[in-house]
Amino acid sequence: MSSPTLEKHSAALDAAENTASQMITATFRIRRFNPEVSEEASWQDFQLEIDPKERVLDALHKIKWDQDGTLTFRRSCAHGICGSDAMRINGKNRLACKTLIKDINPQKPITVEAIKGLTVLKDLVVDMEPFFQAYRDVMPFLITNGNEPTRERRQTAEDRERFDDTTKCILCAACTSSCPVFWNDGQYFGPAAIVNAHRFIFDSRDEGGEQRLEILNDKDGVWRCRTTFNCTDACPRGIEVTKAIQEVKRALITRRF
Amino acid sequence: MNDVSLYDVDNPAPVIEPPRKRTKKTPKSTRTNFELYGWLFMRLSGVVLVVLVLGHLLIQLVLDGGVSKIGFAFVAGRWASPFWQGWDLCMLWLAMLHGANGLRTVINDYAQRDTTRFWLKMLLYTATVFTVLLGTLVIFTFDPNIA
Repeated sequence: MSSPTLEKHSAALDAAENTASQMITATFRIRRFNPEVSEEASWQDFQLEIDPKERVLDALHKIKWDQDGTLTFRRSCAHGICGSDAMRINGKNRLACKTLIKDINPQKPITVEAIKGLTVLKDLVVDMEPFFQAYRDVMPFLITNGNEPTRERRQTAEDRERFDDTTKCILCAACTSSCPVFWNDGQYFGPAAIVNAHRFIFDSRDEGGEQRLEILNDKDGVWRCRTTFNCTDACPRGIEVTKAIQEVKRALITRRF
Repeated sequence: MNDVSLYDVDNPAPVIEPPRKRTKKTPKSTRTNFELYGWLFMRLSGVVLVVLVLGHLLIQLVLDGGVSKIGFAFVAGRWASPFWQGWDLCMLWLAMLHGANGLRTVINDYAQRDTTRFWLKMLLYTATVFTVLLGTLVIFTFDPNIA
């Protein structure tokens, strides 16, 4: 009777030992800012034992829960859908919840800082309001004329495919905060707002395309894009952001000529 | 670590706001197609300039003795023909406007303060207008019979 329990016990121990052997010591170099303490932001190093197959978000959790409770960052779903935890990890905009530690070379210190071009409020938390203002300014909702149909608004599979890529946006701001034009001039709509305008401009059910094109035709609209492809590289959803911006440009030109 | 912090909960440090932040009031619509035409002009003039500038460089620097042949007589001879007058006029206008528009976008991208960007652009426009007008004047009033 006792032997199976013993065996089970030793198997569990083995498993624990195996996991323990996989643990590595990683250094996280985090850009800290707390206006209630100092006006200066500074780097702080945290060392922790962690499985390299875990994500950067797990490491941030470990730091916050076990080492320094004042570390401040946003996260909600923790599975790459809510778009709360976009941050600059090793100099590149990514979602902390979709970045595995083994993929970003844990031999060296891993730098984590807030996304650029937006006001840092505390540690990794930025003021997203200008970003959402640009989003609101492109009217990201269905606009139609005439009477409401009694059934759903139908659409062919091809028509749906036309804007499928831009429906994937989760508004994490990784693209907009990687754009060098946006860094220097917050008046630029930014890639995310244009992507969300694209989602409705190319929707066959929507009738507000003209209005949105007119908004993006302005001096802070799509013509400020320098096609540096930072946005496409940064998008955690793999949206071809620069391509979407180019399609809006093309729509503006073919509308005129 | 004993120095007293200037800031606390009731008196936090100022945060660093990004330049020209978007707010509810900022989207001022101009409703013009200026940027669209500017963007198209850059592409179209670029294509034409490839032909004009490379042709110009080939004639001036490579063919028929290269740069050593260029003198007053060579320029006078070329500008006697309306074709070369037209070529040079086209090249002058397109290159200047292309370059000026490019520099305008660079200023818009990099000058952060509104006054800086205004005066840099004024300087740019003045220099462009001056160069274009002076060049046009010379092409049309060039007199090969100077004393």
